[in-house]
Amino acid sequence: MTIKPPDAFSPGETPTFEESAKRSLANSQLRRNLGKATKTIREKRAAAVGELPDWEELREAGRALKSRVMRHLDEYLLELEESVQRAGGHVHWARDAAEANRIIAQVVKDHDAREVVKVKSIATDETRLNEHLGREGITAHETDLAELIIQLAGETSSHILVPAIHKNRAEIRELFMRELGVKDLSDDPEDLTNAARLYLREKFLSTKVGISGANFAVAETGTVCVVESEGNGRMCTTLPKVLVTLMGIEKLIPTWRDFEVFMQLLPRSSTAERMNPYTSFWTGVTGSDGPREFHLVLLDNGRTDVLEDEVGRQALNCIRCSACLNVCPVYERTGGHAYNSVYPGPIGAILTPQLVGIGKPGPDSLPYASSLCGACYEVCPVKINIPEVLIHLRGRVVRRRQDTGGPRAKLDPENAAMQLLAMIFSDHQRFEAAQKLAKVGQWPLARGGEIRRLPGKLAGWTDVRDLKPIPDQTFREWWKANRGGG
Amino acid sequence: MGGRTTWWEVRDERLQRHDAVFEYPGPAVRVALFITCFNDTLFPETGRATVRLLERLGHEVEFPLEQTCCGQMHFNTGYQREAIPLARRFVEIFSPYEAVVAPSGSCVGMVRELYPMAADLAGDRWLAEKVEALAPKVFELSEFLVKRLGVTDVGAYYPHRVTYHPTCHSLRMLKVGEAPLELLRAVRGIDLVELSEAKECCGFGGTFAVKNADTSAAMLSDKIRHVLDTEVEVCTAGDNSCLMHIGGGLKRQRTGVETVHLAQILASEATEEDMKR
Repeated sequence: MTIKPPDAFSPGETPTFEESAKRSLANSQLRRNLGKATKTIREKRAAAVGELPDWEELREAGRALKSRVMRHLDEYLLELEESVQRAGGHVHWARDAAEANRIIAQVVKDHDAREVVKVKSIATDETRLNEHLGREGITAHETDLAELIIQLAGETSSHILVPAIHKNRAEIRELFMRELGVKDLSDDPEDLTNAARLYLREKFLSTKVGISGANFAVAETGTVCVVESEGNGRMCTTLPKVLVTLMGIEKLIPTWRDFEVFMQLLPRSSTAERMNPYTSFWTGVTGSDGPREFHLVLLDNGRTDVLEDEVGRQALNCIRCSACLNVCPVYERTGGHAYNSVYPGPIGAILTPQLVGIGKPGPDSLPYASSLCGACYEVCPVKINIPEVLIHLRGRVVRRRQDTGGPRAKLDPENAAMQLLAMIFSDHQRFEAAQKLAKVGQWPLARGGEIRRLPGKLAGWTDVRDLKPIPDQTFREWWKANRGGG
Repeated sequence: MGGRTTWWEVRDERLQRHDAVFEYPGPAVRVALFITCFNDTLFPETGRATVRLLERLGHEVEFPLEQTCCGQMHFNTGYQREAIPLARRFVEIFSPYEAVVAPSGSCVGMVRELYPMAADLAGDRWLAEKVEALAPKVFELSEFLVKRLGVTDVGAYYPHRVTYHPTCHSLRMLKVGEAPLELLRAVRGIDLVELSEAKECCGFGGTFAVKNADTSAAMLSDKIRHVLDTEVEVCTAGDNSCLMHIGGGLKRQRTGVETVHLAQILASEATEEDMKR
């Protein structure tokens, strides 16, 4: 069993985004793969979305539906529980990751199973289910090609949709030869896929318990839905005798009809496809076809805390399409690992700190991992205003630090500079005096008409850029001299 | 002479185009210039150009001296309690005017898009109402010219090879669209070249450039590569903050490519020197 590196959801501290990004930015293979992949998918998405004349209306419908779910989540969850039970399924409520993992492990043990097959589920990554099962003597086999690759490599996902985006095929060939014991393997994608297929087919046929996540669950009917492209999800949810689904409580949609909206929004935003290749729906259990036993585990793990924040809660509307990752100029360069969370990219930057709670240095740095360019908001299929939430969360981070950080927070150079500037800007005469002072004060820095080196944290600017010194006459001085007063 | 076009033909054509009488229809507007603290202190030439341009078009420009900063840096970095008094100051100072114009997309974005959020955060009904009344009167320069005044030809002359970088806030927050390009296309003598991947952020992002200096630098290096590919003399934009970032990189690498604010290009006219040439 491999232990994945700690992330925002595991105990202990994680590095800040700045620290991790430094490492990622130096990885030329990653930069190349990401640059190529994100550019391709960006262009394809734009074309797929451009085909629909009512795309903006669809986005608005998606936003409205999801916002409604969040406003009435308590009622919809009870409705879902009833619907699932009516269809012969079992429903479990899990307050946090530990509880969810315990419930799932118990179901597996009740059936004397030592192995489970899994279809990609970020919720189980969030709870670190595989590690928990490992400690209980149960081996979990990931069945998505990319998930299998990173599981065999003992790594973590770097993209919501393309988890192994950071690896190339030569690396994958070596990995398969070593871990799957395949001989005579080329690095041809078809050969690599075949090797994985042979290995996985055997697992599907011999394993008693399947574990899945959920893209959607319908409160009205109790139907659970998984959207994937390889067919492994279909096998995981139909071949094993027992099926366990772990689902974040925010994945609900009110009625079956709402699929009309989401099944148009999701594939086009995510894989730039008009229709998704494998979309599996199941409602409880049905006699001799499919699993005989179905368990739905509803995971909170911080989600109800997010609901309390009226601005921040829109992050829960996310349908995990990953369009925001692909257009993000920050993600495109750093990749997913720099976010130290199962939820990377712009959506991760607003979801992670809210789910784990403000006040930890690693997650607190995530809302700052953005230039606020707004490209994510433009593509989001459910219109999550990510830049607005980023700014809102920065405010929460700063206010918390100021209010609970004691004297050290007051002496923090950034805080001190911001307080000083706020004081200067509060009055135009003070502002004018400060302008004059800055002109005089900059002389040790300004050499030959350019500032080449700044002290302290500001050196981040002058590492790669020159800085123009303050000119002799400010605009207001010119105005006063030439237009006489205000 | 090999080609059919001689230098004097080029000159004559250029002068002819420039001599075309410049007519501007709309009625005069009393404009308050929102210079922004950044331009006031670091780029006074952009402010002077904005004044020159608006006056040339027949409008009356006023400069409320009480103005300082809109609070964007504080607000976007998380120091929102500190930004709220600045928002209150701003609406008090600028509310009396018919139109407020700034040579900056991001500062206008702050006022129009984020002041409502600030009012909400402060639970300040007065501020919320004031912002609602003021916001429709606040314009970024290019949208003021094209959308409010309906003018694209401002009578400018700028004989240089130029590329335009659409800044994120003007593009995605204010949705100025083609306005800056329409203005640039009407400039006499200009050789306007399209920038590839133009809509991608340059990596400035305010305090982002310092807090996440490495990521910002990676974004900047790609932007610079695209600018250099155009083989221009000048890269222009509607925000001096982004231009300071791009220009700082271009200077550090000794590329010889200048950054010039859109207002300065639009304010440029043929001098008597140009006419003699």
